Amino acid sequence: MSHPILQAEDVTKTFDGFRAINALNFYLFPGELRTVIGPNGAGKSTFFDLLTGRAKPDTGGIEYSPVPDTPATDLTKLNEYEIQRLGIGRKFQTPSVFAEHTVFTNLVLSLKGPRGVFASLFHRLDSAARDRLDALLKLVRLDDKRHWKAGLLSHGEKQWLEIGMLLASEPRVLLVDEPAAGMTDEETHRTGELLLSLAGKHSIVVVEHDMSFVKQISINGQVTVLHQGSVLCEGKFDDVQSHPKVREVYLGRGKN
Amino acid sequence: MSVPAKLSDVEPRFFTRAQWASFLLPTLVLALVLPLLNAALPAEHLLRPSDFTLNLYGKYATYAVLALGVDLLWGYLGILSLGQALFFALGGYAFGMHLLLMIGKDGQYKSDLPDYMVFLGYKALPAHWEPFYSFSFAAAAVLIVPALIAFVFGWLAFRSRIKGVYLSILTQALTYAAALLFFRNDFGFGGNNGFTDFKRVLGADLNSPDTRRGLYVASVLLLAGVFLLYRWLTRAKFGHLMQAIRDGENRVLFSGYATARYKLFVFVLVAAITGVAGALYVPQVGIINPSEMTPEKSLEAVVWVAVGGRGTLLGPILGALFVNALKSWATRAAPELWLYIIGGLFIVVVLFLPGGLISLPAKFRSFWVKLRSKAPAAESLAAGH
Repeated sequence: MSHPILQAEDVTKTFDGFRAINALNFYLFPGELRTVIGPNGAGKSTFFDLLTGRAKPDTGGIEYSPVPDTPATDLTKLNEYEIQRLGIGRKFQTPSVFAEHTVFTNLVLSLKGPRGVFASLFHRLDSAARDRLDALLKLVRLDDKRHWKAGLLSHGEKQWLEIGMLLASEPRVLLVDEPAAGMTDEETHRTGELLLSLAGKHSIVVVEHDMSFVKQISINGQVTVLHQGSVLCEGKFDDVQSHPKVREVYLGRGKN
Repeated sequence: MSVPAKLSDVEPRFFTRAQWASFLLPTLVLALVLPLLNAALPAEHLLRPSDFTLNLYGKYATYAVLALGVDLLWGYLGILSLGQALFFALGGYAFGMHLLLMIGKDGQYKSDLPDYMVFLGYKALPAHWEPFYSFSFAAAAVLIVPALIAFVFGWLAFRSRIKGVYLSILTQALTYAAALLFFRNDFGFGGNNGFTDFKRVLGADLNSPDTRRGLYVASVLLLAGVFLLYRWLTRAKFGHLMQAIRDGENRVLFSGYATARYKLFVFVLVAAITGVAGALYVPQVGIINPSEMTPEKSLEAVVWVAVGGRGTLLGPILGALFVNALKSWATRAAPELWLYIIGGLFIVVVLFLPGGLISLPAKFRSFWVKLRSKAPAAESLAAGH
């Protein structure tokens, strides 16, 4: 197998004595679409916090190596914006878009490019960027709402906009936290198709609760089950679903 | 069907023609017509703005610059600084040092030393005062001293990600600490009396109408220039980013922007500009003392912005003019009531007019539309009977 683009080894994170992440090992390979499931409190969001620099692990290492055979980058020493600039984008559980800005502006602010103060002061949109924005607006189906204030969008549309913002920054790795939350079945399905179409070009980790959605997006990929801060098991959706330990902790039916 | 991307959405034109007109017209009136009328017309002429009026307007213009800074931080960037008057006062002190030295031997004690130094028994001018004989050095200090304080404070606070009410309290503590320091005689800046009794600036007599007119024009031009600069900052991408930091700093951070640097940049820039306003304020009122940096002064500036309308650039200017005109009137008519008036005003605005004075026309318009849509209905009802 190829070299992992993102790896976490023996990572532990404790909050006030509570082990949110416990000796976690996780490997993401280039182009993969990985789904992470787990009961509430399994450490999914903390895991994303550790990967994106929001929190620092107590022990263990997190490394990022987008280019094979070059030294990996230690992510535990970097902060949020430095990690984002390396090409790791994150979508939050509750959609976080700029409510007072238009859909279009939301995407402009997310577009890949220099991030410095002076670059922003003298920023101009060139035609290549405008084409890219048009393509993104079509991709996330917000073309006809580009002048809407993002705060006026439906919950599902906000989720899509945030995915669009993520893609605008052209990341290598996408960390997507519960993208289908608050969506209709049809929107959920379309989101799944979008994520499947992005796999390959991007390496993607999706945290999700909705099992039919997990089944849809894990059709070619692996499912990782988190429990009490470590990996309980990993494998194909059907294998994971029928795994006795998973049924016990996650589906809660094992005891019966 | 594809909707053409509107450039104006992200990169609005700096000003439309109408906006240029509504900017240039009052600027011309204030910076050119009023001073000309003041200079040319005989003293008792009805149309002549008095020296006192011009002086008052000049003072208000420097207040408006202070208010614009508060608004850029609060209304656009989401940082409620309760210590902006500190930078105003620091600029005032830096320029006041120069003005004090320019008194020369014309002070009460006919000494080369400023009066308060003679009074406190200084034998020689402290070394750090020497360079303030130079106007350019003092002018540079007006910019640099507030900027430096803002940089050190902002660097520590924004890097540590101190936000919201905690940051507001810290800014207030900063200005309070500075006021306590400046109140002390042994700090070396004249204690609670501060600096006063200025005689001249750049060789011109500060009491002559010409000089005062010049200071007034300089204040109006500063206000106009700062308005244009802030207008430029708040449009296009930088302006969008400021508001994005205000509305959701997390997302901005996770979009790859070092938000602390953006905040620091605006905070330091505003401090320097506020310092210039303070420097123009001091020769016009003739005094600078530590009461200018007490927390109340900064809070007043916040009230101006709230009353005028935060998150707009015209609102703070209107607010500074309106509240200070009200203050000028109230402190003569009913001085003991002033604090109640300003407190009540703040409450009324927060409760009933969150958009400030600037939102009044739109409110009246929608009220008018409602009224007119009701009126024909009533008429047809009457006709039916």
